[in-house]
Order: sequence, then structure tokens, then C-alpha cells
Amino acid sequence: MSPLLSVRGVTKRYGTHIGCADVSFDLHPGEVMGIVGESGSGKTTLLNCLAGQLAPDTGEVIFDTRAEGPRDTRTMSEPERRMLARTDWAFVHQHARDGLRMGVSAGGNVGERLMAVGARHYGDIRGKALDWLERVEIDGARVDDRPSTFSGGMQQRLQIARNLVTGPRLVFMDEPTGGLDVSVQARLLDLLRGLVRDMGLSAIIVTHDLAVVRLLADRLMVMKSGHVVEAGLTDQVLDDPQHAYTQLLVSSVLQV
Amino acid sequence: MTDYNFAYLDEQTKRMIRRALLKALAIPGYQVPFASREMPMPYGWGTGGVQVSAAVLTPEDRFKVIDQGADGTTNAVSIRAFFERTAGVATTTATHEASVIQTRHRIPEAPLREGQILVYQVPIPEPLRFLEPRESETRKMHELEEYGLMHVKLYEDIARHGHIATSYAYPVKVEGRYVMDPSPIPKFDNPKLSNSPAIQLFGAGREQRIYALPPYCEVVSLDFEDHPFEPSKADHPCGLCGATDSYLDEVIVDDAGGRMFVCSDTDYCDTRQAAGYRGKDAA
Repeated sequence: MSPLLSVRGVTKRYGTHIGCADVSFDLHPGEVMGIVGESGSGKTTLLNCLAGQLAPDTGEVIFDTRAEGPRDTRTMSEPERRMLARTDWAFVHQHARDGLRMGVSAGGNVGERLMAVGARHYGDIRGKALDWLERVEIDGARVDDRPSTFSGGMQQRLQIARNLVTGPRLVFMDEPTGGLDVSVQARLLDLLRGLVRDMGLSAIIVTHDLAVVRLLADRLMVMKSGHVVEAGLTDQVLDDPQHAYTQLLVSSVLQV
Repeated sequence: MTDYNFAYLDEQTKRMIRRALLKALAIPGYQVPFASREMPMPYGWGTGGVQVSAAVLTPEDRFKVIDQGADGTTNAVSIRAFFERTAGVATTTATHEASVIQTRHRIPEAPLREGQILVYQVPIPEPLRFLEPRESETRKMHELEEYGLMHVKLYEDIARHGHIATSYAYPVKVEGRYVMDPSPIPKFDNPKLSNSPAIQLFGAGREQRIYALPPYCEVVSLDFEDHPFEPSKADHPCGLCGATDSYLDEVIVDDAGGRMFVCSDTDYCDTRQAAGYRGKDAA
């Protein structure tokens, strides 16, 4: 099976400072990859490079497009990249406010991607929006409420619904559970795990929370100072860490 | 008439505006930036429309100004006086006699003909503005034809009101390409934008944008398949001339709930009354 996303030697520098350096990996369909590391280790820079929001200085990001097979997203034209970003890709931001339109109702938020790809039937759009609100456990009666009246956890779930409505194949998540309390986190993770399994999604999850990757990720990359210091199966990396930094990271988790 | 250059603006400024107008006509619906000048009136009173009118007026023109359909409102009277004084052009209130018509918020009821120019005053030229505040982003959306967001606005209307409640400045798509704000005309007037024999020019002074519709170009109002576009008006005949096909203003006539509906286009109403038509409130 050919990889869905194949990353080769991606490097991004901010002047002399390294964002991320020489990152390579393959992501296969249906696979969830976790990227962990401390603040400033280059996780988010890497994610933005992969999702086409930042241009890497060197390297290739090859995505297996539906129509034309593997293509380097760096050399795509901007319209093509933006089309990809609202059909086959999804991006879940850490802060739901960055990913939602706060002045537009929940239904409008979910429907936006549908309308962006040409849906012009109100009844269908609304039906899909209601269906998706139900799938992310938001009461359908709140379809016309603005996200600003939602709790943090609901906003995050709404953001996920809005992203998944067009049936993307690859989801980028930047700290999807950051800023939520633990019980809400647990529900969100449960939901995400279900959606990833049901839809056969591939995902790249950036987080500093090892519990998140333990639950969701098949494979794990550990980053430090812009470099990947360890990579492997999630259980293998977390249970038998080889690199000194990974050992530190694993041992820093508080046991309750 | 030696105090001003013809039509107030200097020739270089008019030349600059004409270049913008030509570009706007060549790309229907596209917003062309231009170096808007300070005019002797406040922004919001039609500085964009006045500059466009000044650039297209010739001494032989007959000029008409309407504000909300009426020739006699403050804005219309002052702009008409402005060009009488600075250009010395003939003016008129009759739609069919005018060669240049500057308008705010209405398209005349009487059909326009070839050779006429309709100049709109535009407060906010960007139809996506209230959905996407970043200018850099809205320009990109026009460039890449990403107009899904415009439908989000209409979706919100239906979700909240059960129907598309946008009743003025109703977004349109021009020649299948650019989404355009038709200025705050009622959506009743939207069908008149399409296939008009007259040239339609739009000037936004504060926002420094000019756009245009050349004659006989296709203008489609955006809608949903199951909620089609409907031009709407008050469901009454005109109280003075009895017209049932014109856009109406509701006028409060006393403090006991009395009201009457009259044509907002005063020239249309006067013409009909002169021809002997009478409504139920006519004296």
C-alpha cells in the first residue's frame, strides 16, 4: 500500500534559528501519527509545514491526491492547495476560536465547507449539519446557536464536526485537547478515537500530552530542538524509551 | 464658470478615474482601486458617485440625481446643484430625458436605454466584508473564486428567519465570475441589473473602489436551490398613482396609525399621475 503522506527531509528555519530540521516519515492510510515534545521543540512548525500553512525551506511533502496520485504539495499552485485544504484535509486548531466562525451559527459553521465545495441546497446542508452535530454529541436543538454560547468542550467538538463534514482523508490536529479539563478531554478523546476508526481517517496529532497519544496514536515521533530524536510504535516508545529525552518525558508524567 | 475646471475635478484626476472605469468595464464586477479625492462633502454622501459622474459628464449631458428614488431629497438636490454650478450641465428629473443618472439606493422604474449611464453611490463595495474582515483574505477569495462564504450568510438568514431575509445589498454574481455588492438597492431592483442596455458604474469614495457592469451583461442573484431568490416589495398598490409594479415607500401620515404606500421613484409616480392614473389616497 502506498503511503498517504510521505515527508522527506522537511526543514524550516526562522533566520538562524531552527524550526524543524530534516524530518522524514511515511503515513499510511488509516494510520494515526503522534508528534510529542516540549514547547518550542518544533512540533507546530512541522505540522504547519505539512498542512501547507508554512512553506518549508527544503524537503518534500508528498500527498497521495485522489485525482492525480502522489504530488508534492509544496509545488502545487495555491488554488490547488486551498482546494485540498477544504476537501481532503482537515485542520483542528488548539483553540476552537481559531477554527470556528464565532459570529455564525453552529449549523453555518458545519455547512461552510459544504458550501465552499458547491453545495447549494439548504435542506441538504442543514440535514448534514444536524447529522454531524449528533455525531459529535451536540444537541441538535442548538444548531442555530452561535459557538460563542457553547462551552469549551462543545466548541472543540463543533470544530471537529466542521472539519470532518466533507469526509477528509487526512486530519491535522494541533493540541486538540489543550485547555480542556480532564473529564471533557476524556470524552473528546473517546469521540476522536471512534471517528478515526469509523471513517478510517489518517491523522497527525501534535500534543505534549502523552495520554492523548497513548490513546489515539499508532506511531509516535518525539521531537526536541527541531529534531526527531525517537520514532516508533506508540507502546514501544512509551514503554521502552531509548533516548534520554524520551525517558525524561515519560518519567515526568504524574502518576495519580 | 471660470472658478472651477469643468465638473469640479482637474483633468488629470478625471483621466485617472476614466482609466479605472475602463478597466472596471473590461472586468465586470471586479473592484478596481482608484485614488479617491477629497470632495466638498462628507464620506457617505456620495463622494464616490460624484467623482464617477464628474469623470463621465460632458457639457452636452443631461444630468439626473436620485436619492432613494426621489429627485427632491437633500442629497439629490445638493448633488444636482453641485453639478449645475461646477459643470453647467442641464439637469432633469425625467428618467428618459437624462443621459447620466447618479443614484443612491434605487434603480429607476422606467426602463433604461442604450446610451444612458447609471452611476451608483456605494458605501461598502466588498460583499464579503462582514464575513471576512481581512482585506488581504477577501482579495484572495475573489482571485480564487472562493465564494462559499457568501452562501454561509444566506444560510444564516434562512436558519434565523426561515427565508432569505437580506432585503437590500443582495449579493450577485456577474457573468459567472465575480461576486459583487450591488450597493444598497432593494433586492426588488436586482433583476434590473441584468441585461440592462445602460452602462452601470459603481463608485465607492471612502473605500476607493470603482466597479462596473457593461451593457447587456448577465447578473445573477445568489440563492439556494430550495430557497430561490425572490424580489420583494410591499404588497400594496401606490396610494398616489395606483401602480402595482413599482417599489413602494411606507409613509406614516398621522399619529393614529395612518399610513400610505407610495412609489419610491417620484419621477415614475409623477409621470403616471400626469397620465391620469390615480391611487386611493390621491387628493
